[in-house]
Amino acid sequence: MTVPAIRVTGVTKQYGALKALAGVDLEIGQGEFFGLLGPNGAGKTTLISALAGLVRPDSGTLEVMGHDVVGDYRNARRALGVVPQELVFDPFFTVREALRLQSGYFGIRDNDDWIDEILESLDLTAKAGANMRMLSGGMKRRVLVAQALVHRPPVIVLDEPTAGVDVELRQGLWQFVRKLNRDGHTIVLTTHYLEEAETLCGRIAMLKAGRIVALDSTANLLARFTTHSLRVRLAAPLRDPALSVTPDEEGWLEFGFERFEEVEGVLARLRAAGAEIAEMHLGEPDLEKVFIGVMHAA
Amino acid sequence: MSGFKTLLYKEVWRFWKVSFQTVGAPVLTSLLYLLIFSHVLDRHVTVYGEIGYTSFLIPGLVMMSVLQNAFANSSSSLIQSKITGNIVFVLLPPISYREFYAAYVLASVFRGVFVGAGVAIAGLFFAELPLKAPLWILAFAILGGGLLGSLGVVAGIWAEKFDQLAGFQNFLIMPLTMLSGVFYSIHSLPEFWQGVSHFNPFFYMIDGFRYGFFGQSDVSPWRSLTVVVACFAAVAALTLNMLSRGYKLRG
Repeated sequence: MTVPAIRVTGVTKQYGALKALAGVDLEIGQGEFFGLLGPNGAGKTTLISALAGLVRPDSGTLEVMGHDVVGDYRNARRALGVVPQELVFDPFFTVREALRLQSGYFGIRDNDDWIDEILESLDLTAKAGANMRMLSGGMKRRVLVAQALVHRPPVIVLDEPTAGVDVELRQGLWQFVRKLNRDGHTIVLTTHYLEEAETLCGRIAMLKAGRIVALDSTANLLARFTTHSLRVRLAAPLRDPALSVTPDEEGWLEFGFERFEEVEGVLARLRAAGAEIAEMHLGEPDLEKVFIGVMHAA
Repeated sequence: MSGFKTLLYKEVWRFWKVSFQTVGAPVLTSLLYLLIFSHVLDRHVTVYGEIGYTSFLIPGLVMMSVLQNAFANSSSSLIQSKITGNIVFVLLPPISYREFYAAYVLASVFRGVFVGAGVAIAGLFFAELPLKAPLWILAFAILGGGLLGSLGVVAGIWAEKFDQLAGFQNFLIMPLTMLSGVFYSIHSLPEFWQGVSHFNPFFYMIDGFRYGFFGQSDVSPWRSLTVVVACFAAVAALTLNMLSRGYKLRG
């Protein structure tokens, strides 16, 4: 039996009166692309920090590839690459120097071939000799990704990697991370951009006030909490009790449905009521609705 | 290369990259002390009977440079890394807290000894310097640098802002160094202050170090060695305890 990439059991962490983690259990399989979502202060970063050994949990255990992050921290840390949320860098060194040092911290010598490969993949080759201070924010972010990869970790955690990053870089970054995932790396991602999580992650956990309030495959979450919707705006106001919906302030009517066959029925009802449609919009289920639904319910 | 070696290498490389500020500046400061004090006092003061004041002063300044720079290296590196957040780069890898400690302290010793050597070489232009017992010189330079490097780790981890670190430096390290006999033999002090000086561990570091040059000192070098080793052991134990608990580093 293969060990899970990540296993979190009963983890709690308290900061004064604040319960950052209130008993988290979570298992992430090898090769998954996993999303960790939640509002600010939900405990996402605390959980990731505990995994990386940057925070010591009050109780519970965390394992990376079967290695306990406290008892067997050396192997646990070798198996984990973390891209921190803050845009941190050491102003004393160039990009290549920073990557060589990072390799050395993991006990790896002569890592230049792999470093060159990472630089190439992240489009950083031209900046290899540049001092970290001279790089733009987006470039610094890419170097952080590179630093997390120098030791070829099987599990990669990205904490809000696209916050404040322009669209082009974001696309490039996701392409790269997807490739890493295809190559077998387990990816754990926290993000505020729900559409990113929706398109990238196979499974998602939602955190609220230090607890996991939803944990399922992205498809199931979408199916469970949302429906398709048909929004129409009528040319003239119409109040027919048979329609069973009332327009919003801008005159839009919204009808929810599970299957596309149901659209015809809705339109037939509108026709029967003598409505003339001025605008129409078909909505897909989206993670934002799931997110709002889960956060309100929890 | 192990994580420890790389961290040590990085800590040395870091100060070397800005050696104008980390080596050049303290050497210049010590030279200014030497220039002023030797010019004013050399003809008026002799110590231990026949030793000229400038000769007496040089080992004191050398050791002061060793101590202050050892402290500055670990403390400034740590607080900068903490404030800028790049401390995560050394917290994420599989480096044990003992390796972490050893790397920071050894790099501090290295910088201290390097600056001290610079001051000593520059001092040779001002006065002759005997070398009666070089092993004592080496022992006190390394132990003193290690003790202050270790204190620097404590201060760098404890301080959350640059002014707190400056407070540590200005209100603890600086007075203890200045009142340790860098500029005078404590025998020239009134009895009461001589007594007080014996409670200052910096006094023993300077006095023992100076013994290596002149073969003479205010107290026996063995006694100084005992005090310095005991202080080093105590501070090392405190620092290792802080690091093992992850105090202020691993929330």
